[in-house]
Amino acid sequence: MDMNEIKDIFFQECEEQLAELESGLLRINDGDTDPETVNAVFRAVHSIKGGAGAFGLDDLVAFAHVFETTLDCVRSNKIQATPELLKVMLKSADVLADLTAAARDGVSVDPSRTSTLVKELDAFAKGTPLPASAPAAEPVVAAAPAAAAPAPTDESGFQPVPFSFEGFDDEDAAAEPPQQDADGRSVFTVRFKPRSDLYAKGNEAVLLLRDLARVGDLQVICETEDLPAIDQLDPEGAYFSWLIRVETDKDEEAIRHVFEFAEWDCLIEVTPGADEELFSVHSDSGEDLPMAPVPFDLSMLDEEPAVPAEEATPSNVVELAKPAAAVQEPAAAAEAPMAAPNLPRAEKAIAAEAEKKEAAVAAVPAAPQTIRVDLDRVDRLINLVGELVINQAMLAQSVVENETGGSSAINLGLEELQQLTREIQDSVMAIRAQPVKPVFQRMGRIVREIADMTGKSVRLVTEGENTEVDKTVIDKLAEPLTHMIRNAVDHGLETPEKRAALGKNPEGVLRLTAKHRSGRIVIEIADDGAGINRERVRAKAIENGLIAPDQNLSDEEIDNLIFHPGFSTAEKLSDISGRGVGMDVVKRSIQQLGGRISIASKPGKGSVFTMSLPLTLAVLDGMVVTVANQTLVVPLTAIVETLQPEKADIHAFGPSQRLIAIRDTFCPLVDVGHILNFRPDLANPIDGVALLVESEGGGQRALMVDAIQGQRQVVIKSLEANYTNVPGIAAATILGDGRVALILDVDAVVTASRGQALSSEMTLSATG
Amino acid sequence: MKKKVLTVDDSRTIRNMLLVTLTNAGFETVQAEDGVEGLEVLEESNPDVIVTDINMPRLDGFGFIEGVRQNDRFRAIPILVLTTESDAEKKNRAREAGATGWIVKPFDPSKLIAAIERVTA
Repeated sequence: MDMNEIKDIFFQECEEQLAELESGLLRINDGDTDPETVNAVFRAVHSIKGGAGAFGLDDLVAFAHVFETTLDCVRSNKIQATPELLKVMLKSADVLADLTAAARDGVSVDPSRTSTLVKELDAFAKGTPLPASAPAAEPVVAAAPAAAAPAPTDESGFQPVPFSFEGFDDEDAAAEPPQQDADGRSVFTVRFKPRSDLYAKGNEAVLLLRDLARVGDLQVICETEDLPAIDQLDPEGAYFSWLIRVETDKDEEAIRHVFEFAEWDCLIEVTPGADEELFSVHSDSGEDLPMAPVPFDLSMLDEEPAVPAEEATPSNVVELAKPAAAVQEPAAAAEAPMAAPNLPRAEKAIAAEAEKKEAAVAAVPAAPQTIRVDLDRVDRLINLVGELVINQAMLAQSVVENETGGSSAINLGLEELQQLTREIQDSVMAIRAQPVKPVFQRMGRIVREIADMTGKSVRLVTEGENTEVDKTVIDKLAEPLTHMIRNAVDHGLETPEKRAALGKNPEGVLRLTAKHRSGRIVIEIADDGAGINRERVRAKAIENGLIAPDQNLSDEEIDNLIFHPGFSTAEKLSDISGRGVGMDVVKRSIQQLGGRISIASKPGKGSVFTMSLPLTLAVLDGMVVTVANQTLVVPLTAIVETLQPEKADIHAFGPSQRLIAIRDTFCPLVDVGHILNFRPDLANPIDGVALLVESEGGGQRALMVDAIQGQRQVVIKSLEANYTNVPGIAAATILGDGRVALILDVDAVVTASRGQALSSEMTLSATG
Repeated sequence: MKKKVLTVDDSRTIRNMLLVTLTNAGFETVQAEDGVEGLEVLEESNPDVIVTDINMPRLDGFGFIEGVRQNDRFRAIPILVLTTESDAEKKNRAREAGATGWIVKPFDPSKLIAAIERVTA
């Protein structure tokens, strides 16, 4: 794993943290007072900041820090989570999401947005919220550097103090140490007297001395005067102190830095110069042992009745053995007293600790056990199960064909196999299934933003967030959903004033619901706004030439006009609901997912958009048809109706085009066999069947095939993965009899029928 | 013999960074996602040094350090606090709980390794 992979993980994690952040803030907004909710929100921001810092994403760090500071105030009850504060924090969560996305994509975010919020957050943290009107007034001045500055410093005083070991290696010429000799080296005396706390926190005098030895040349005297007799010795006590002569080319700061972790738990004095006589005496006497021998005999431990040897745990044994092995280290023997464990207390402490642990575990319900699996592995499994399903179908068919007197054991086994296969397939599909929750959560932000832009007051209610659907479907759901939500707020809901005048609650309600219905997922977006203005839709449709001025349309038909390509009732195309595209784009993307969309509207009461999507993109409901002796599958979602053409319905149109009259309209007739180059000549329409399909762009075409074999669910096999992309063909599948059948790409065929011929490589004939 | 480091951090990003950094530096690494898991992993893994975050769900770093110090097998183990908290109050709380030393994020591999080597024999 390299840093880039970790960075990917970071951004994945950010997504999760941002979702956690938003849902936490919304819960608090709804009156959740559980301190753990605030904690979780704090942790989310904190975690993003931590990771961002590691990758040097300074903008993100700076903003996360200010946000975190305010959250910390809420967490410690210094300030109240008022609705005003929550509004600012929700906005901040949105900006944090933007900053994260910007960092991921390597772009920058408009600094005025962050700076305004930084000021507002700061003001809340200081307990002096800005008046509601103030924030936008002067957006750039004071806080802007916070977002832009490379180092994460800001006016709230945040200044990470990087922990540095540079002092060990760097020549520090600036500070002139006293008593320099000719080589620029100076001498210090360090008195180091640890308290027992130092050992209790896992620091060790010997390691500190080792570190000190890296600063310069040492002469060490261990002072043992305080060491009591063994029977009075507290094994937890600290009895030794050290007097150290340090000859170094570094300054006092470097020496003090060695004791950084320990300075609270010891007496440390650093003075320039040294009593050379004192040290010379010791160095003469000791050679390699620069300290007085320690009057301590390990064997005495054995006579200590309170410490039965068998209670010593392996780690204690190791601790005891260490000093003996490390005799070369200065002051190594001093280890022994502190390392001797206080065993009598051991059992009690362990019991207490275990109890505490149990309590901690019981108090917090364990998170559901999950593992992360590479998507490729799941897809491979799904693919294999697809093969299994096909294989099982083939086996069943061959048993039927070879049936010789009905061996019930085989039939029974086969039935069981079928049952099992189906269960395996369902289980495997369930692995890819994900709740729609993340997508729904994102809509909260969309609603807030557009409500802000339009000056409308909207409450988003979501239901069925845990409804699961295939991951691919979820990924592709966000865009059409966003579009529809924007539309609903922008066009559907009235302004608060207008609502009040109508006797409605000034706050509009947008209801986003997901549920399963007959093997599909149904998502509804319902608003309690004005409903479709049919007069206006009709007028617009006539203006755009979509319908004739005198055309008689039902309410439903009028409502559905909004899905017509190019239709938009917005007087001017705004950034809000349009981006210059209409509901036809939504419809198209839903159809691409094999879904359908419809609208129901009641004037004055609101509109409901209902989309129905397949639960998976791995299997497909298809109509199996025959074309020029080949078997093809046409996705059922594309087919509006099937019909048997009569001779009288067929009309020639130009040299090669034919139209078919369907009720009172004419529809181009497309010979699938011809367009796919299965046969050179056009077939006689009367010999075949026409499938009326609706394609991308809403245009209807009658696809002519030779015969319909039936409907069935097929497992989708990618052609790109196994062969190469074939124009006009979306994918392939394997039928129960083992034959490969190609799945028709209806949109491509329709496009080709408009005159843009399919690629010349289209000379497919072998289909198994 | 390879030294074993137990890291306790709820962030997947930081866990991965620690793992990569420590592995590259020749340490054996065991990981936990929060204080509760940290105490469990501690028992079975018997590490030489612990690196822990402070802000974690279920059991935070302070509680975790206290838990370690109450365990007689590990009460003298070096514990480094890895956290963005640079203010004195949090550092003091960690120290009171029994932390040996600290490393201020942003995460820097060389700082981490230096600090670990500093507190381990």
